[in-house]
Amino acid sequence: MTTFVFRRLGFMLATLLIISLLIFVMTEVVPGDFASILLGQRAQDETLLAAWRSRLDLDQPPDQRYLSWLAGLFQGDWGTSWFYQTPVLPLVLQRLVNSAVLLVLALLVGVPLGILLGMIAGVYRSRWPDTLMTIGMLLVASLPEFVLGTFLIIIFASWLSWLPATSLMAADTDLREAWSLLVLPILTLVLITLPYIARTTRSSMIDVMEQDYIQAVVLRGIPFPLVVLRHALPNALLPTISVIALSIGWILGGAVVVEHVFAFPGLGSLLLSAVSNQDIPLLQATVLLIAMIYALSNLVADLLSHLLDPRVSAT
Amino acid sequence: MNTSSSESHELHPADMASHTPLLHERPAASAVSAGQPLRGVAWFGRLCRYPPGLIGLLIVVLYVCLALFAEAIAPYSASEQDLTATLQAPSAAHWFGTDQYGRDIFSRVLIGSRDILLLAFSSAALGLLLGTSVALVAGYYGGTLDELLMRAMDMLMSFPALLLALLILATFGSALLNLVVCIGIVFMPRVARVIRSVVLKIRVQDYVTAAQVRGESGYSILVREILPNARGPLVVEGAIRLSYAILIGASLGFLGLGLQPPSPDWGLQVSEGRIFLLTAPWVSVFPALAIASLVIGANLLADGLMHALQP
Repeated sequence: MTTFVFRRLGFMLATLLIISLLIFVMTEVVPGDFASILLGQRAQDETLLAAWRSRLDLDQPPDQRYLSWLAGLFQGDWGTSWFYQTPVLPLVLQRLVNSAVLLVLALLVGVPLGILLGMIAGVYRSRWPDTLMTIGMLLVASLPEFVLGTFLIIIFASWLSWLPATSLMAADTDLREAWSLLVLPILTLVLITLPYIARTTRSSMIDVMEQDYIQAVVLRGIPFPLVVLRHALPNALLPTISVIALSIGWILGGAVVVEHVFAFPGLGSLLLSAVSNQDIPLLQATVLLIAMIYALSNLVADLLSHLLDPRVSAT
Repeated sequence: MNTSSSESHELHPADMASHTPLLHERPAASAVSAGQPLRGVAWFGRLCRYPPGLIGLLIVVLYVCLALFAEAIAPYSASEQDLTATLQAPSAAHWFGTDQYGRDIFSRVLIGSRDILLLAFSSAALGLLLGTSVALVAGYYGGTLDELLMRAMDMLMSFPALLLALLILATFGSALLNLVVCIGIVFMPRVARVIRSVVLKIRVQDYVTAAQVRGESGYSILVREILPNARGPLVVEGAIRLSYAILIGASLGFLGLGLQPPSPDWGLQVSEGRIFLLTAPWVSVFPALAIASLVIGANLLADGLMHALQP
């Protein structure tokens, strides 16, 4: 077990190192000389160009720049955003908190709901609750996040007028006061995770319900709901738990789109604004941060599935 | 250490999550029927007798036909503006209404189908080609090469798909070719993982051993013995990739990283209609419905193929 943990940890760190290199090469080396891109027409002016190049540290060789960028990351100096003109780290962390609120609330709603739906479908396999859920999940899983979000806005804001039109909010809106703005983004995130959790629970529920020990419990005359909840569900949840850990990474990708749909001030919309503003330090930081969270949730998923089921023998 | 450690990746929950069939039950990743050749049209008959599969096939074929004849069917051109008839509700003259420039949304959705289908089919094909090449080499030769290749694939996979696509497009710009290459690269590790497990099962079959004893070259065994026998899983994987390609392609379009205006890209149209969602919802709704129905069709088709090819 300890060897496994250290191997996985080592692999994660190596992956992150390579990802950081990839991010650096893709954002700084490939596009060419940023000073001349930023200056445009004025790049003809040699002295101005040289001044900007040294200001952006472009006069250093790429390997030097990569190493100093990497060292800065560890020292908490994530650079300065070109667009917002503020240090990147506090900006990114503030947005991270917003996204985390969204993510945690979505998981708090989505996980129990997904387990419940999967459990019902698994117990009533091939009967109408199962068919209904399977078709529903197929529809939801086929809709891209932005299509789901758009439909939800039309239904809840336009037809029913229950919720604010679009969840456009100022960057400094206090999330505790603006709870109604959070409902639709959370609902969208819940809907995109639901199918995965429900399907996994369903198929493991089916497996468990066919086991001898369940039949034995049923034959002993124990009430059926008790059989399902006390005897079947705990065992059926094993595969679901690692799917939940993995779905954190999955939601994170989806969150980029969902935040854009609702103009939610999270990490995802910050990333997109960094792309459209060509804000390289900010782009590097957000991509790396999201990759880090993704790698961590993968690690947790691996460790959990290893802990819960030693038969998945990963060396 | 080599084979056993990489073997565990097949049970990686990420794969189970992303490849769990929607309707047809495939017991586990290991149930891929390796070495079972596709014979004649028997599988096609099975696909057509399985209602969800048939519906999916019909939807996808319908969209392909619409895309092929889009120019002929569309009542207006995709870029034709009519500033006297902006944001009009659906009517007999404009079935899906008009957008903020008075462009006919029905025509734009029809003509936009060409781009998304071209993008989806070519990026799925590229992903399949890249992934299968890696899988064949890694699965057949095994050893250190396998370990190296699959570790590299793991690293690519540890990058969220959308983020990888975003980074590539932000660097190289978003032309159709770049989008295809970018989605192809995103798919490569995912295809490689699935197909490699198939190759591992085929490589120990008698006919492969026989070919090895005959002294055939590695290349010839890969292309003539292993590849043809992996056709079933390849077709299924291709269909799965097709539906993901539509999803990713549309999402990138929506984020403004796909084809640029005034292109009638579906995702872009949904995005452009967002400001009119409360006053003129049809601007976004019809392209959104088009995306949804096409993805549902592709998903059902993938499901049906899985049912027909891996019974």
